[in-house]
Amino acid sequence: MADAITFTNVSKIYGDATVLNNLTFGIPEGQITTILGFSGAGKSTLMKHILGLTHPTSGKITSLGTDMETLDELGLREFRRNFGMVFQYAALFDFLTAFENVAFPLREFTKLKESEIKAKVSELMQAVELVPESWQRLPSELSGGMRKRVGLARALALEPRIMLYDEPTSGLDPISTQVVSDLIVDTAKQNAQRKLTSLVISHDVRASLRISDNIMFLEKGKIVEYSTVQGFKNSNNPVIRRFLEL
Amino acid sequence: MTFVRTYVEGIGASILGLLAGLGRFSQFMGTVFFWGAHPPMRIKLLMDQMYFIGNKSLFIVGLTSLFSGAVFALQMYLGIKAINMDSIVGPVVAISLAKELAPVFAGLVVAGRCGSAMAAQIGSMKVTEQLDALEVMGINPHQYLAVPRVIGATLSMPLLCGIFMLVGNFGSWLVGVHVLGIDEVMYFQKLSDFMRLGHVAEGLIKAGAFGFLIGMIGTYHGFEVRGGAEGVGKGTNLAVVWGMVTVLVSDYFISSFLAKIL
Repeated sequence: MADAITFTNVSKIYGDATVLNNLTFGIPEGQITTILGFSGAGKSTLMKHILGLTHPTSGKITSLGTDMETLDELGLREFRRNFGMVFQYAALFDFLTAFENVAFPLREFTKLKESEIKAKVSELMQAVELVPESWQRLPSELSGGMRKRVGLARALALEPRIMLYDEPTSGLDPISTQVVSDLIVDTAKQNAQRKLTSLVISHDVRASLRISDNIMFLEKGKIVEYSTVQGFKNSNNPVIRRFLEL
Repeated sequence: MTFVRTYVEGIGASILGLLAGLGRFSQFMGTVFFWGAHPPMRIKLLMDQMYFIGNKSLFIVGLTSLFSGAVFALQMYLGIKAINMDSIVGPVVAISLAKELAPVFAGLVVAGRCGSAMAAQIGSMKVTEQLDALEVMGINPHQYLAVPRVIGATLSMPLLCGIFMLVGNFGSWLVGVHVLGIDEVMYFQKLSDFMRLGHVAEGLIKAGAFGFLIGMIGTYHGFEVRGGAEGVGKGTNLAVVWGMVTVLVSDYFISSFLAKIL
């Protein structure tokens, strides 16, 4: 299976601190890959590199076969439409209702008629199991789990090829955690035909083991382990064992 | 000796900090110009901003201008009554309003009301990752948030300034003619003798320049917010303080420039 994202000898150095240390790996297309690690391991920096929001000090990153360094500012913005991202705290626009948040990318980037936008948003809202009564609420009137679902619907609106999830279960109760985890898996299954690649950044080892096809463990900017879920569970690496026992 | 050295170092650090801030602000203005020149031009966002900055400021600008005109007419009358020149109250107030009071007072009102709101809105969006969400969607936050606010403020300020002039002159006429008893025919005669279109143009041009600066400063301090709620509060405060100071300081330089060309 081809890789949707590849890192080749990628390093990122801020002053004296090496945040990413000579990383070489590939994220397989059409699968769910989770990056686990303690705080400060370099997970968020890695995600910013994937989105082209920051550039590596050395090395090469390709996404969907495109070398990110060859794109100028405008090209990079155009290219980012291949990505959908669900933020840790959803990052919904607080001046728009849940419905309008999901409609936002459609209004910005498509020439769909109002009736088509309404139909598409309704379909997305139903896909993430949001009841119609909540559609016209502002983000401040929604629970954490509902906000994440709206964030997921918004991220899916333009049918991205790569979905990024930043700490999707952080701050949620166990039931909401399960609902959001199931949604990640369901989203991947529903979009399996177009080979949607999902990349999850998380601290939540249990949820990660349940939803992922592959798991990468980062520590101090280096890959400690990168394998299938089964391989990860069977790892003899003491750091992984300690993390699994948490 | 150590005290002197610490003192000098403190002054040096302050100057360097100010220069660094000016550098960042210049860079920010360059970014706003760059993205302002690129499509798409979001007309609806611009209209929303003009509605917020212009229409929503009407009451406070109207109230301020009515009493500014009224009190200025009163003071002028009390000052020149002794030399029997009370008929020039109208033109003196009108010219002062047109050239200075209207653009400066409207600028101070907009800096306080809208500059702070711009910084608070953008700052809170920044700390809640909403700016990152725009970035990830491929939308430049400067283009989406700063450009409509800066253009909106630049276009709304001359309109507010014009309203300030009209209502201020109404206040002056009301007090001058109906309270202080200045002859109405003389009031308007002197007004038409002394008042020039250039006076109004000067005020409107200045107002546009103040609007541009207030928009830039308000959005800049929003984008510069660091940390959480405390950072938003600090950014909002800086936007108001620097917005007002810039209106007053730039007034002199813009007036000097316009005096040469108008």
